[in-house]
Amino acid sequence: MRLTTVLYALLGLFALCVPLLGIYPVFMMQLLCVAMFACAFNLLLGFGRMLSFGHAAFFGSAAYATGWLVTAHEWGPGAAILAGVAVAALLGLAVGMLAIRRQGIYFAMITLALAQLVYFVCLEAPFTGGENGLQGVPRGELLGFLPLKSDLVLYYLVLAVFVAVYLFIHRVVHSPFGQVLKAIRENEPRATSLGYEINRYKLLAFVLSATLAGLAGSLKALVFGFVTLTDVDQSTSGEVILMTLLGGTGTFFGPVLGAAVVVTLRQYLSDLVGGWVIAIIGVIFVACVLSFRSGVVGELAAWQLRRQKPSPH
Amino acid sequence: MTTVFGIPVAVILGQLTLGLVNGSFYAMLSLGLAVIFGLMRVVNFAHGAFYTLGAFAALLGLQWLGINYWASLVLAPVAVGLVGIVVERLLLRRVYGLDPLYGLLLTFGLALICEGSLHQVFGASGQSYPVPPALAGAVNLGFMFLPLYRAWVIAISLVVCFSTWFVIERTRLGATLRAATENAPLLQAFGVNVPLLVAATYGGGVALAALAGVLASPIVLVNAHMGSSLVIVVFAVVVIGGMGSIFGSIVSGLVLGVVEGFTKVIYPEASNVVVFLIMALVLVLRPTGLFGRE
Amino acid sequence: MKLRMLTLAALAGLAAAAAGQALAADEVVIGDIDDMSGVYADVEGAAGVEAIRMAIADFGGTVLGRKITLLTADHQNKPDIGAAKFREWADQNGLNLLLGGSNSGVNIAMSKVASAKKVPFFVIGAAGASLTNEDCTAYTVHYVYDTTSLANGTATAMVAAGGKTWFYLTADYAFGTQLQNAASKVVEAHGGKNLGAVRVPLGAADFSSFLLQAQASGAQVLGLSNAGTDFSNSLKAANEFGITKTMKPAALLAFDTDINSLGLQTAQGLTLTTGFYWDLTPETRAFGKRFFAKINRMPTMDQAGVYSATLTYLKAVKAAGTTDADKVMAELKKTRINDMFAKDGYIRADGVMVHEMYVMQVKTPQESKYPWDFYKVVKRMPGEEAFGPITGLCPLAPAPK
Repeated sequence: MRLTTVLYALLGLFALCVPLLGIYPVFMMQLLCVAMFACAFNLLLGFGRMLSFGHAAFFGSAAYATGWLVTAHEWGPGAAILAGVAVAALLGLAVGMLAIRRQGIYFAMITLALAQLVYFVCLEAPFTGGENGLQGVPRGELLGFLPLKSDLVLYYLVLAVFVAVYLFIHRVVHSPFGQVLKAIRENEPRATSLGYEINRYKLLAFVLSATLAGLAGSLKALVFGFVTLTDVDQSTSGEVILMTLLGGTGTFFGPVLGAAVVVTLRQYLSDLVGGWVIAIIGVIFVACVLSFRSGVVGELAAWQLRRQKPSPH
Repeated sequence: MTTVFGIPVAVILGQLTLGLVNGSFYAMLSLGLAVIFGLMRVVNFAHGAFYTLGAFAALLGLQWLGINYWASLVLAPVAVGLVGIVVERLLLRRVYGLDPLYGLLLTFGLALICEGSLHQVFGASGQSYPVPPALAGAVNLGFMFLPLYRAWVIAISLVVCFSTWFVIERTRLGATLRAATENAPLLQAFGVNVPLLVAATYGGGVALAALAGVLASPIVLVNAHMGSSLVIVVFAVVVIGGMGSIFGSIVSGLVLGVVEGFTKVIYPEASNVVVFLIMALVLVLRPTGLFGRE
Repeated sequence: MKLRMLTLAALAGLAAAAAGQALAADEVVIGDIDDMSGVYADVEGAAGVEAIRMAIADFGGTVLGRKITLLTADHQNKPDIGAAKFREWADQNGLNLLLGGSNSGVNIAMSKVASAKKVPFFVIGAAGASLTNEDCTAYTVHYVYDTTSLANGTATAMVAAGGKTWFYLTADYAFGTQLQNAASKVVEAHGGKNLGAVRVPLGAADFSSFLLQAQASGAQVLGLSNAGTDFSNSLKAANEFGITKTMKPAALLAFDTDINSLGLQTAQGLTLTTGFYWDLTPETRAFGKRFFAKINRMPTMDQAGVYSATLTYLKAVKAAGTTDADKVMAELKKTRINDMFAKDGYIRADGVMVHEMYVMQVKTPQESKYPWDFYKVVKRMPGEEAFGPITGLCPLAPAPK
């Protein structure tokens, strides 16, 4: 356990020193937002065993809400982020209430259908700018004095939020609520027989996941200064599934690793191999499903456990 | 011009006719999906990719080998069906015992590979496939000019759908298939080679998708992404019809195509999402689908 | 645990590797962000990149003693990709000039980056006139053509020829909307009437249902407010459904490549407006032949335009003696542009490069004597007439009182 803490500390140190190391802060911020999104998604998939096929709806709708409030109504960034998160939470509640009634594939299909509806709204609504998206979203000043226009300041803010979200998820999973969720995941009929209202727990997990995804989206709107339909479309939903699968569902660090790999691949590979990136991502997907099901982190942890088990005394 | 609610009848009929053409595609594609899901409990996300492959097989067959449309109608589905069988044997087989979500994810990944590769090699903008001379020209229906080719599409897909339904529901082969759905080990004990049946079923379902692709090539531009936008709608159709029901998927496909056409008259932009709206409603109110029998 | 450490280290390494890219040391960096694989890939695309390379080579490969480097990217018709790439090049690669390819939506997004990062931004492929109005910046130059000039050319000609009532098939994003608006204004100004429009997603596969709606309107003219493969496909479908029997198609934006893919049999008689045609003057013909030798196609106005734009920029840098954005922009707005692309062209305060535009009619197969002999000139519009007066919508260029 102590070694994990050391590793986290090293990583934290690295993250804090990023601007000094000459790494492009916008890239790191993108990575952090996407990793946050993946962690939020994993809360639902890994810990709740619910596969949502339309999670981009929450990510993107929060991004649109924040972007619009900052551009058209000149809200401050803090308030706009909170509003975006609220939008995602409400949407999560609405979608969750409809989707929770069904399980497995049907659950996934409902989330898919509802995500398409959200996409449609974002396409048609006058304030979203349709195909053009929301452009020129200003970053403003947080709490009236922190100039977010500086990539540096914004980077540390995003980093702080990311760490907070990560710790929050950790806390949730290890809380009594998290334990019940685990019970539901492992043996739903048993949990019901013990008297737990499983739908309530599932719904709460769904809303939490949607809310955190929304937080990631709101931040993304400020980092890049624009929100487009890509943020609510099917490919974004698909990518977050891939990241979580690749990194390892049911682990904490898995989604972060998965996000890092996918974002880096897209960035690096697209310069080298151009459009083959999609096909390569597909190959990784297939490989993960066939042989790498617990993801990189999961496999490593399992391997490590096997190694640590000496012959029985 | 006579009008209904202020909309000329000619316009309504025109859109409904086009809707019927789209519905024919939905019916054929959802038929394949329903067959695969019914037997294998696999949600074949790669269905759109096989549809695209069918169209490309026809296009490239013409460009590289001079294979004409009529030959492609038979050859392309066979070729793609074989690819499907290979995919089933090598890849799908490995996820059968697991959570069905893995089958979904695997086929999703396959679709990405197919789409990404085609995009890279052929570009995103698509190429046109010529309408076969025998079907060129249009029929003046009074309210619109209906290109002969589209009338042909409606006709052939009705024939194919009905034949498939007939084979599955009314013949011995179909009975064997249905038995495999209900109790595969028992059927195996009776001496039926179930793995072969499964592979053939996947190949067959996929071949249907490829046939739809060939039929579509003269209508839409043949491009790498033609399947992905379609497959999501087709899924909705299958869910509405009832995931294991052959009849349900055919009827839902046709009806939803017409509904879409009708929406185009009233509120054109919503035509893309009306199917999802209906699917969400159906899932909430009647989860097994309109004709499902789970 | 060691493996976990390895993983985390690898992650860090990956992130660092991808994120860090060498700043171009003392080079002049030109960037081209364009649609390389989608609906507009033939309009400029990879052939356009060749044209830029030709210009750089013709200029000598260096300016002010510094090597000229070219970076290219495919925006895939997505504003986020275009803007992100532009920002990255400006932050990490010392970008000095960005050439914007097709797609007005992407270019509008990129113009915001140009303003924020202070990088000269030459819009080549995009038509949206808002780039020099509401969306104008001190660094934007709209070089080849825009929706205003297209409408002033084609719509005026078609209304004069008897097309009084119009219905539009509009690509559902910035370009389509702006082109439709520009054409509608011209139609009304000349006594015509706009009966309505239907919005079509970019890159739609099947136009049949939209065309039926157009036909139902009973308009005389089918205003095709789209471009590239959208344009050729919608025209083909209109023929297939017999719509062209009752409505005259208006090619509000068409390129030589479209006419080539449609064939003169289908395209004959179409009226269109262009900023360049290879068969106009000896200089354009010379450029055309050079281009044809490399690409096996005659240049579209975008491809000729991007060649001219690159040279114009490099000449301005040389004259200004620096790549400092503000000084180069000041130099650009002082110069007259005289090359095979424009005669006596100049860059206005709002960013428009004012030059002659041509209204053309597509020849019949009988009239065409050799390959790529597509157009006959109907009207030569002086720049001021084509691009219209300064509207005053751009804060940098108030309307003259």
